Amino acid sequence: MIGLSHYLIISAALFSLGILCVLTRRNAVNVLMGIELILNAANLNLIAFSKYSAGNIDGQVFAIFIIVVAASEAAVALAIVLSMYRIIRSVNLDRADTLKG
Amino acid sequence: MDKNLLSQVAFYFFAVLTVASAAVVVFARNLIHCAFALLFTFFGVAALYVFLGADFLAATQMVIYVGGILVLILFGIMLTNKLYDVKLKTGKSQFVPAAVTVVVMFAILVFFMLRTSWFQSGSVLSGPTTASIGELLMQDFILPFEAASILLLLALIGAAMIVRRRSE
Repeated sequence: MIGLSHYLIISAALFSLGILCVLTRRNAVNVLMGIELILNAANLNLIAFSKYSAGNIDGQVFAIFIIVVAASEAAVALAIVLSMYRIIRSVNLDRADTLKG
Repeated sequence: MDKNLLSQVAFYFFAVLTVASAAVVVFARNLIHCAFALLFTFFGVAALYVFLGADFLAATQMVIYVGGILVLILFGIMLTNKLYDVKLKTGKSQFVPAAVTVVVMFAILVFFMLRTSWFQSGSVLSGPTTASIGELLMQDFILPFEAASILLLLALIGAAMIVRRRSE
């Protein structure tokens, strides 16, 4: 029978892959994809707990707010990436080292 | 019994689809492949929402993630890449410690998730959730709802402000 732990393990796998993506990728857009994976893992956890532990749909409302935050985060982050590309002609995060002394 | 077996097979199919395509997002060499793998991850997560009885959220996931965020990411790729000369990965000296850390973190997460006896309520949700989500948003969650709408407006204005060309 499919239970809560199945969803938790899928969500842990998505979260770990997202962290790995953020840590190891050089391209700024690819790092954004990792962040989306992390947010999806959090959403999956919220909805699974909302079904199995709480027994009501409050968790789903929380998930809607997370989706809203994810959408605005993607818009602003891509705007930042575009203006970074305009300034240093690259989306390589290792090249964005202006703050280094 | 037969129906139960079918739903289990479907669940494992979507679980494997989600995790495998997420792995492609992390390990693929071509950025376009990453973006399309992300599409399958979002589809898989939406299917898992259906298994959890969250029909409205599954539809929202499809519309916002697949229709909105993924298109935005594809725009980002096309506007910033020459598509050929990008080296996506960091060197081995950074990849190995990151991978070890992530594997250890995953093991710890799964260990405690399986070891904890989570509270399980007996009540079972059934039926469509859209109407009750709407009622909750308009009654208990009205303040976060308004805050979210202001956040979206700010993100819209802020994104347009950041990318516009400075005209001196």
